[in-house]
Amino acid sequence: MTLRLRKYFLLHFRPKTVPESTLALTLSWGLGGLAAVLVLLQMGTGLLLKFAYEPTPQGAYASIQYLIADVPFGRLVRNLHHWGANLLVGVVVLHLLRVCFTGAFHAPRRLNWVIGLGLLTTVLLSNFTGYLLPWDQLAYWAVTVSTGMLEYIPGFGPVMQQWIRGGPEIGAMTLRLFFAVHTALVPLLFAVLMGFHFWRVRRAGGLVIPRKADEWRGDPESGEPAPGPARERVPAVPHLIVREAAMAAVGVAAVLLLAVAVDAPLEGPANPGLSPNPTKAPWYFAGFQELLLHVHPTVAVFIVPVMATLALAALPFWRYQADPGGIWFISRSGRRSALAAALSGALAAILWIAVDHGLASYSAATGRFSSVGLPLLLLAAFAAAGWGSFGKRGTGLNNEGVQVAFVFAAAGFAVMTVTGAVFRGEGMALGWPW
Amino acid sequence: MPHTVENRINHDPPAEEAPRRSFLNWIWGGLGLAVLAEMVWLAGAFLRPRRRAVRGGGFGAVIDAGPVERFTRGSVTAFPRGRFYLARLEDGGFLALSRECTHLGCTVPWDEKEGVFRCPCHASVFDIRGDAIHAPATRALDLFQVDIENDTVRVDTGRRRRRSAFQASQAAYPART
Repeated sequence: MTLRLRKYFLLHFRPKTVPESTLALTLSWGLGGLAAVLVLLQMGTGLLLKFAYEPTPQGAYASIQYLIADVPFGRLVRNLHHWGANLLVGVVVLHLLRVCFTGAFHAPRRLNWVIGLGLLTTVLLSNFTGYLLPWDQLAYWAVTVSTGMLEYIPGFGPVMQQWIRGGPEIGAMTLRLFFAVHTALVPLLFAVLMGFHFWRVRRAGGLVIPRKADEWRGDPESGEPAPGPARERVPAVPHLIVREAAMAAVGVAAVLLLAVAVDAPLEGPANPGLSPNPTKAPWYFAGFQELLLHVHPTVAVFIVPVMATLALAALPFWRYQADPGGIWFISRSGRRSALAAALSGALAAILWIAVDHGLASYSAATGRFSSVGLPLLLLAAFAAAGWGSFGKRGTGLNNEGVQVAFVFAAAGFAVMTVTGAVFRGEGMALGWPW
Repeated sequence: MPHTVENRINHDPPAEEAPRRSFLNWIWGGLGLAVLAEMVWLAGAFLRPRRRAVRGGGFGAVIDAGPVERFTRGSVTAFPRGRFYLARLEDGGFLALSRECTHLGCTVPWDEKEGVFRCPCHASVFDIRGDAIHAPATRALDLFQVDIENDTVRVDTGRRRRRSAFQASQAAYPART
């Protein structure tokens, strides 16, 4: 029986043997597998919640209250779903960074990078549509301001907003639509995209083979690859399966601990006449909300997201001078330049937020300067500084240049997200969270 | 038709076959596109935003706000069921201002002491005429149609008007007697 299970089921998902070096925790950190486990956990808890939930404005809030108070383990299952969802966003973002920084997006993994972006979008879509369902003040107003952002997309923005809300304002239609997307479309997207994603990993021969930075001997001129790394193979059962099971256990334990210790928030029932102060977008959109406070809305909710999406999707398709796949941060100099870029990106964002905060409250003209001229000036200054030092000390590979730009932008966005989620208090004023 | 396997593998299709086959492929492709378009249209029809059913006296209907003299100059009166504020300007003109912040749609309360609308979400400020006087909002509050007949103020909450800033022509005045 176990033999059959092993032969026909497990090995259907996993190859018979895997390269031993790809089992190292320091290559993958188990993040992809952890994300898959969390998605399964969401499907399980979500199915239970669906039995107890009523998707109408009149009944939604009361059904959640009933679930928490009267259904055995109802509170725990809701907490698991809440914390699992939030951890999932964090885990898939870390997974994206891991894949990016180990160079695991070069051919034949280019398509899989794009599928991964589709999965990231699905995770955000599921989080966002789920956010509205409790129909409390937090949900109602977070979705009001998030869908309010759509109005600034030139041309089809207002129409898109009407379609997503199912009418002029958030109401019964919005709830029905979000519920349908959350409980039917999202699971379908996950099933299809995850299958596709895993299949592409197997087609690529498993994970990228890790290499040490010193192993890099490739010739940037001829594009000649570095000498092949060790490829000794070991049986997937037990070597791979045991590691995956261990990671899954750690992940589930973490969610369980969080769910037992911290309750998912539930504020008063939604009241369209009273906006709470402050009203914030969910934390994974806090970066855009922060951006929105500093620049023209069309830039914050349209130009920047579209450009960022295009740049991310295009990442594997640049004409790179080398394929340093398997080496963390390309090379030793790549590590130094990435660290410098991370610090500069964070510093630039902090400087900008602080200076714009001062100048915008001073006068309209200085506000205009600090929301348009200042970020461009900061970008130019850091680009020039980067160009100067990069040209002298770097390996000279364009891989490193792309990595520096990516890290700079990611660090800046991370600072914006933390600022928006943590350091914005009443009236969206800057302040300490304590 | 003398079709042999060898013929298909080693040679181009006979010259008279090519246009017919490509035409059939073209038809199949076209049919496929038509089916796809139907599916998209169908999904769209199901998703199309609906108009709210207008209940008497509620949002979307014409609301009887009351006689002109009830509203003192420089005052703002809230009509929660109609989701608007009726503002009477110092010169006696009336404006029905939407309570929705033009920034991201939060509900703006009227600050009686300072005489401004202050958005609790992102700190936008609007004056009594609905003009945005503090960022991040860039646009004045939306207006609803105001009609004054027989010294009675009526607001049509089904007719909303976007605007960038206040203009004198937007205010409604009672007929002079």
